[in-house]
Amino acid sequence: MGHSKTGGGISGVLATLALLWSQTAGADYALNMTRGVTELSREFYDLHMLILWICCAIAVLVFSVMFWSIFKHRKSQGAVAAQFHHSTKAELIWTIIPIIILVGMAFPATKALVKMESTGDADMTVKITGHQWKWHYEYVDAGFGFFSVLAADSNEARALGSGKNPEEVENYLLEVDRPLVLPVGKKVRFLMTANDVIHAWWVPALGWKRDSIPGYINESWARIDEPGTYRGQCAELCGKDHGFMPIVVKAVPEDEYYAWVEEALVAQVDASAGADREWSKDELMTKGEQVYGTFCVACHQPNGQGIPPAFPALAGSVIAAGPVAEHLDRVMNGKPGTAMAAFGAQLNDVDLAAVTTYERNAFGNNAGDVVQPAAIKAARK
Amino acid sequence: MSEAVMHGHEHHDHHPTGWKRWLFTTNHKDIGTLYMLFSLVMFFVGGAMAMVIRAELLHPGLQYVDTQFFNSMTTLHALVMIFGVVMPGTVGFANWLIPMMIGAPDMALPRMNNWSFWILPFAFTLLLVTLFVPGGGPAGGWTMYPPLMLQTGDAMPFVIFAVHFLGASSIMGSINIIATIFNMRAPGMSFMRLPLFVWTWLITSFLLIATIPVLAGAVTMLLTDKYFGTSFFNAAGGGDPVLFQHVFWFFGHPEVYILILPAFGIVSQILPTFSRKPLFGYESMVYATASIAFLSFFVWAHHMFTVGMPLAGELFFMYATMSIAVPTGVKVFNWVSTMWRGSLTFETPMLFAISFVVLFSIGGFSGLMLGITPADFQYHDTYFVVAHFHYVLVTGAIFAMMAGVYYWLPKWTGHMYDETLGQWHFWLSTISVNVLFFPQHFLGLAGMPRRIPDYAVQFAEWNFISSIGGFVFGLSQLLFLYIIVKCIRGGEKATDRVWEGAHGLEWTLSSPPPYHTFVTPPQVTDATAHS
Repeated sequence: MGHSKTGGGISGVLATLALLWSQTAGADYALNMTRGVTELSREFYDLHMLILWICCAIAVLVFSVMFWSIFKHRKSQGAVAAQFHHSTKAELIWTIIPIIILVGMAFPATKALVKMESTGDADMTVKITGHQWKWHYEYVDAGFGFFSVLAADSNEARALGSGKNPEEVENYLLEVDRPLVLPVGKKVRFLMTANDVIHAWWVPALGWKRDSIPGYINESWARIDEPGTYRGQCAELCGKDHGFMPIVVKAVPEDEYYAWVEEALVAQVDASAGADREWSKDELMTKGEQVYGTFCVACHQPNGQGIPPAFPALAGSVIAAGPVAEHLDRVMNGKPGTAMAAFGAQLNDVDLAAVTTYERNAFGNNAGDVVQPAAIKAARK
Repeated sequence: MSEAVMHGHEHHDHHPTGWKRWLFTTNHKDIGTLYMLFSLVMFFVGGAMAMVIRAELLHPGLQYVDTQFFNSMTTLHALVMIFGVVMPGTVGFANWLIPMMIGAPDMALPRMNNWSFWILPFAFTLLLVTLFVPGGGPAGGWTMYPPLMLQTGDAMPFVIFAVHFLGASSIMGSINIIATIFNMRAPGMSFMRLPLFVWTWLITSFLLIATIPVLAGAVTMLLTDKYFGTSFFNAAGGGDPVLFQHVFWFFGHPEVYILILPAFGIVSQILPTFSRKPLFGYESMVYATASIAFLSFFVWAHHMFTVGMPLAGELFFMYATMSIAVPTGVKVFNWVSTMWRGSLTFETPMLFAISFVVLFSIGGFSGLMLGITPADFQYHDTYFVVAHFHYVLVTGAIFAMMAGVYYWLPKWTGHMYDETLGQWHFWLSTISVNVLFFPQHFLGLAGMPRRIPDYAVQFAEWNFISSIGGFVFGLSQLLFLYIIVKCIRGGEKATDRVWEGAHGLEWTLSSPPPYHTFVTPPQVTDATAHS
C-alpha cells in the first residue's frame, strides 16, 4: 500500500509537470544572440561567436585532459601516483599561449569598438529620454517628439492576478502604443539621457545597449539595413516597472519615413490645439482618463488607490481634494526625492488640465471643479 | 611565550559552558563554528528568496508577488548570499583552519575575533527587518545605484548601517587573519611553506582592508544625499550618478575575488589529497593568486561598459580584464596537472572539487566573453550575466565551500559524514544547478534582461526549465543540512588523518581536535609542510 501511495505521488508530480510543461509548449527555444540588422550588430555577433568557439575549444582541450585523468588515473584501476609537482617549461607554455590567444581576440574587439564610437556624420538625430517607466523620443531635426509606453493589452495582462493569459496577448510586454519610426539605410545618431533614474535603451537587433543617465548625454548610432519591427527592453533596473517599458523600433523605407514625419507633425499640432478655448467638464474627464492611463496609472493604479507608502493614493487624497494651485504644483513640479516626476515639462497644457480635472473628480473624489488649459498657461508663468 | 603556554594550560578546561560559551568565546574553533552555522542559516534565508524569484519566473505573467517585492527579493537575495553566506562561511573556514594549519594556538586577536562574529547577527537583523518597514525592503539591486536607490523608503538607513556593520566585521576579521599569519606561524613554517588555503586568505584579507572602506564611503554618500541634502550623485545639484558606480565597483570587483580566492584555496587543499599527489606548481599558484588580486583593482569599469565611457577608457578596461584570464588559466591548468597521473578516488569532497574546476571554468569563460567590450554591449544586464556570476559563485564559491565542509567535517566533529548521502547530495546538486543556470545563458543571449519579474513569452520555456532546476537544487540543500546535523550528532569515528592522502598540520591533530591546540608550537620541516 505504501508502495502504491509513493507511485501515485510520483505519477501525480509527473502529471503536474506535464501540465505545467504543456502550458509553455509551442514556442521556440532560442539559444543564441541575434545577428541583428546593422553593421555593428553583425560585427558584435561575429566577435561573440569567435570568442565562444575559442572558449569551447579551450574547454574541450582542458576538460579532456582532466577526464582522461578521472578515467585512467583512478586508484581503483591500480594507478600509482606520480610525485612530480612542477615543470617550468609547462608553466611557461600555458602562460604564453593564452596571452597570444588573448592578443588575437583583442584586435577584432578593438576594431569593433572604434567603429561603435564613431558617431560622426550622422544623417539624423533622435534624442531618447528614459522616464519611470516609459521612453520619450525626440526627432531633433524634424522638431517633434512623443512618449512611447507599454501597449494597453500587455499592461492589463501583466497586473498581479489579472487572470489573463500572457500567451494570448500579441507581443506580450514587447509592444508599445507608439513605436520609434526610423528610415532604413540612414545613419541615425542617438542621444540618450534620463529624467529620473538610470535606464538603458536596448534593441538587440541594433547590436548594443546604452545607459540613459540623468545629467548625462550619451551617444550611439545605428544604420538599419532591413525594414522591419525590432523589439527591445529597458536593461537597467529602474524601479518597480523596469520590466514594463519596452522599446519598439519600426524601420521603414526612406520615403515612407518622410510621409510618417509629415503626419506626426500634423498630429502634434492637433494635439496642442484647443489650448486657447474653454473645455467642458466631460471633455476634460474623457481626455484626463486617457492621460491618466498613460502617465499616472503605473504608480497610482487604475482605481487611484496607489501602492502606499511609496506611491500614495489619489482617492481621498488631501491634495486632490485641496486647493487647485497646490494640486497643480504637485502635478507640474513633482515631489523631489520620490518617484513623483515633474509633469509640467512632459505634458502640454490641455493634457495637464485634463488629468488634473480627472484626478479631482474620479475615484470617488468630488472636488467638482474643473481646471482649464488657460490655468495651466498661467501657472507656467 | 612559555608563560603564555603555561597560562593556556592552567585554564584548559575552564571555559564557560552553555550559551555563555558561545557568546563570550574567544576560541578560534568555537568562533569558526559560529561563523559556519551562521552562514548555513543565511544560506537557507537567501535560498528561500531565490525560491520566490524562481517561482514568480516559472511562467510569464505575475502570479505571486508584486513587482516592488520581487525587486526587493533580488536585492536581498544577493546581499544575503554575498555578505551572509559566502563571506562568513569562508571566514569560518579561516578561523577553524588557519591556526591549525600554521601551528598556532589561536588567532592573534581573540577578543576582536569574538566581536567580528557577533556583529553579524545584528547587521542581518537590520538588513532583514527592512522587509517589514513602510515602503518595503531595498529594491534598487544589491549594487544600490543612485538615483534609484535614493527612492528607497524607510529601509534605506537600515541597509546602509547594515553594510557598515558588515564592513566593520570584515575589516576586523581581515586584520586578525593578517596578524595571525604574520606573527603566529610555528617555527619553520615559512611563507612559501604555507598551505595554499592560508595564502589565499592572506591575500583576500588585504583585498578586504583595501576595498571595504571604499564601499563604506559610497554608501555614506548615499545616506547624506538622501537625508542631509548633499548632491554627490544628484546631477541636478552638480553631482554625478556615475561616480557612485565607479566607487562601488572599485570595491565590487575586488569583492568578487574576496568571494572566490578562499574557494581556490579550499580546492587547492582537496585536489592533492584525493589525487595522492602534491599540488602542481605551488609557487605559481601563489603568484597567480597575488596577480589576480592585484589586477582586480584595475578592471572595475568592465561592470559599466554601457555607461558611455570614452573609447580610451573602454579599451583600457577591456585589455585589463582580458589579462586576468592568464593567471586564472594558470590556476586551472595547475589543478588539472595535480590530478594528472595521480591515484584518484572520488569521495564527496573530491567530487565537489572536480565539479568546481569544471563549472567555475565555464563561469570563467563567460567572464572572458563579458570582458570583450563590444560583445558586452549585448550581454550586459541580461541573464547571460546572471548565468555567469552564478556559475562562479554557486558552482564556484559555494561548491568549494561544500567540498571543504565534507573534507574537514570529520576533523571538526570527530565523525565521518554519511558518504552515501554525500554522494546523493553531490549528484542532485550538480545536475540541478546546471538545469538551473545553464539555460540562463540562452535566455540572456536571446534578449532577456535581468532583474525583471515578468517576461515576454518567447522566454517561457527556458525559464520554466530553470525554475524546475532551481526548486530541485533548493530542496537538495535540505539533504546537505541533514547530513551535517547527522555528522555532528554521531557517526563512524574519524581517524586523525581522516583521508589517506591528507597532508598538513591539521591532520596531525586528533579528530575532533582538543579545545586548545598547538599550545606548544610544532617544528615544521619541508617534509611536514606542503599539503
